[in-house]
Amino acid sequence: MKLAPRSTRALQATASIGLLALAWQIASLFFPHFLFPPVPDIVVRTVDILISGPLLIEVLATALRIFAGLTGAFLLGGLLALLIARSRMLENYLTPMLIFLQGIPALSWVVIAIIWFHGVEFRIFFIMVLTTLPAFTFQILDAIRSMSKDLFEMTMSFRPSRWTLFRVLILPTIVPGILTAWKVNLGNAARVVVVAELVGATGGVGYQLLRQQQLFDMAGAIAWTLQLVIFVLAVQQTIVMVENWLLRYRPVAERAM
Amino acid sequence: MASSDPIIRFDDVTKVFRRPDGRGDFVAVDRLSFAIKPGEIVAVLGKTGCGKSTMFNLVAGLIEPTSGKVSVVGRDPFGEFNFFRGKIGIVFQGDRLMPWRNALDNVRLGLEILHTDRKRAEDTARGWLTRLGLAGHENDYPHALSGGMRQRVSISRAFAVDPQILLCDEPFSALDEMTARDLRSEFIRLVRQNGKTAVFITHSINEAMQVGDRVLVFHQPARIALEAKLGDAAAARHAIEKDILAVLGEAQ
Repeated sequence: MKLAPRSTRALQATASIGLLALAWQIASLFFPHFLFPPVPDIVVRTVDILISGPLLIEVLATALRIFAGLTGAFLLGGLLALLIARSRMLENYLTPMLIFLQGIPALSWVVIAIIWFHGVEFRIFFIMVLTTLPAFTFQILDAIRSMSKDLFEMTMSFRPSRWTLFRVLILPTIVPGILTAWKVNLGNAARVVVVAELVGATGGVGYQLLRQQQLFDMAGAIAWTLQLVIFVLAVQQTIVMVENWLLRYRPVAERAM
Repeated sequence: MASSDPIIRFDDVTKVFRRPDGRGDFVAVDRLSFAIKPGEIVAVLGKTGCGKSTMFNLVAGLIEPTSGKVSVVGRDPFGEFNFFRGKIGIVFQGDRLMPWRNALDNVRLGLEILHTDRKRAEDTARGWLTRLGLAGHENDYPHALSGGMRQRVSISRAFAVDPQILLCDEPFSALDEMTARDLRSEFIRLVRQNGKTAVFITHSINEAMQVGDRVLVFHQPARIALEAKLGDAAAARHAIEKDILAVLGEAQ
């Protein structure tokens, strides 16, 4: 019996995670449990966090911070990309600045934000926006620049207003680029938010990881890390579903590359 | 504008482009003058690189003449760009369909830009698709249609906005001969039936002879080397065909 491609992929992904869990479980048989706690212990701690109201709120707080930061960077990056695409002069001024920002490590932004700002939420928002802004800007700019000249001329032949041109041509053209930017930046944002919370917050997954480190509790550290992994996977899956729906017009080759 | 006045007029028009590598200028259209009357189908013939597409873009108002005057319905198509909203329809060489829109939505595009009522736009688009033999394919995306079907969608899109003038830039050159012949006949019938003025660019003598009421033969850089009115008499058409061949041979 031949399985559907989607079922095959799901089985392969489960088997891959299963192998990882098996390797960890084998390690737990040979090393002390404070270094490699057994897989069932980690599963129990993970489920505990998910079903306990106050602990789940910590996870949701981190998720909200990631969303807020990414949304801020996406809106600002999209605007900057549109401005750069329209004006060569702005490109000459803004591109070096964005490249400069890209070179600053996330941890430096954490230190700067702690010195500059008092409010925890604004600090984290600032760090998230600054660390993901260049990638969003460049990815959206690339998507705008890859717009077909033929389609642009064809649309212009109907003499649309700027807003209509954006709606009927530019937006649909850049949607694949936007979705890719979200997928790439989501992983980056999850890593940055943990660092920001670890150093500059009193709640969230990062703060909880700090507590597990102080308690020397490896099962707790892994359980909190898994919360973030589950969150990223769930959002990635949602983006993939949105992508499949929005880009359903794309032909699919039967033979794989 | 009186009804007998030219609908498209070029007066001593020159278009010079700067070469992208900065090595001087390139004259694409050189002191070009001609006039097209309402309801006429004019075939513009010439070899690749003779400035046909530059002339086309000048009429469409997509580029500005370096000197001389282009007027369409008595106005400047470049300077008064928005005045021509819905007045000029273009059928391009490729189908230029938006891959994310199905056939119906591609035809509806121009009407959407003109802010036509959604229901009316949909009915009009559906009507044009049916007229061009694409009933039942309204929801198909471009990748699911054949080359001929895609070009039919593209023709429907140009006609749907009910333009006064149709500009066609080698619209059937990418199609196989059989499909091109069918579409050409269909196109001529639609232009005549709807009383449109059409400028039809081609590099095929046969196509020019079949489509046009009149043929303009371009010489590089776009200057008119021959202008002939095409009648029904076979002998006269044959003589014109020989003249065209002679002019294009000289150009070579």
